[in-house]
Amino acid sequence: MSYRVHVRVMPRAGLLDPQGQAVEHALGALGFEDAAAVRVGRAIELDVAAPSPQEAERRARQMCDKLLANPVTEDYLLDVEER
Amino acid sequence: MLEVAVVRFPGSNCDLDAVRAAEAVGAHAYLVWHRDTDLRAADVVILPGGFSYGDYLRAGAIARFSPIMQAVQRHAAEGGAVLGICNGFQILCESHLLPGALLRNARLTFVAKPVDVVVERTDTVFTSAYSTGDRLRVPVAHGEGRYVAADDTLRLLEAEGRVVLRYVSATEDSPLQPNPNGSANHIAGICNASGTVVGIMPHPERAADPIVGCTDGLGFFTSMVARRPQSPLPKVQNR
Repeated sequence: MSYRVHVRVMPRAGLLDPQGQAVEHALGALGFEDAAAVRVGRAIELDVAAPSPQEAERRARQMCDKLLANPVTEDYLLDVEER
Repeated sequence: MLEVAVVRFPGSNCDLDAVRAAEAVGAHAYLVWHRDTDLRAADVVILPGGFSYGDYLRAGAIARFSPIMQAVQRHAAEGGAVLGICNGFQILCESHLLPGALLRNARLTFVAKPVDVVVERTDTVFTSAYSTGDRLRVPVAHGEGRYVAADDTLRLLEAEGRVVLRYVSATEDSPLQPNPNGSANHIAGICNASGTVVGIMPHPERAADPIVGCTDGLGFFTSMVARRPQSPLPKVQNR
């Protein structure tokens, strides 16, 4: 079986996110004053061959811990979708 | 003669500057390709500046898994000296040879200019030629130089005196802007507990030859040759 894994990597809450601040400022300048607390992260998608969605998620978690996210500064969320 | 291995990753661009600075102080310096697995007889390893793997994903994140990095990890674990400059510092953090991480500059812009730093730790392999409190003017050139670490890690670094270089504020005779990237505690460089692994954002190899108008960075290279390669590492006292 193959699963499509969606990984969302976000800067850890509390850490300065200058990209988020810059985007928020630009939104405000465009008249979107209702936008607040903007954070900018990274989305990664990949196929994982695994016998079950649980196993696909376990493998994806290992990939995140080792490479895709920096445990010092980032948190990640996983979404596993059947192909 | 001191043997200095300078690792060249795809995207390194300060590798030859590092070789030249090491040779200028009498070391035998040579390049090692990132796919190699052997540092040869290196006494000192330098991870140079640049943009290894195009800074894809995070600066240093992919270079960390280059084959040569296993040899660098072993070298460091055995007490061997490692200096990471700029991208090299980022790689050392990603490799967990140094704590913390280097994030996008607080003002989001790439900063390439001279900065003033103060030397706070002088018993490392790379800073023994300086005196504590020496102010240096050295160039920085980075987009991701904002050092961050967990609060308890920062407290530990400060308590153990592991901040090697710190950005300093302007004075009358030094009107440069302080802290170019918004790093925690104005940190510009740190070392491991034993002072053998040092990571710094400024580029001493770009300020090591009178021809470029400044030699404040030369001490990083004279320090490493001043230490006899075979001598046991000095026990570092916590401060």
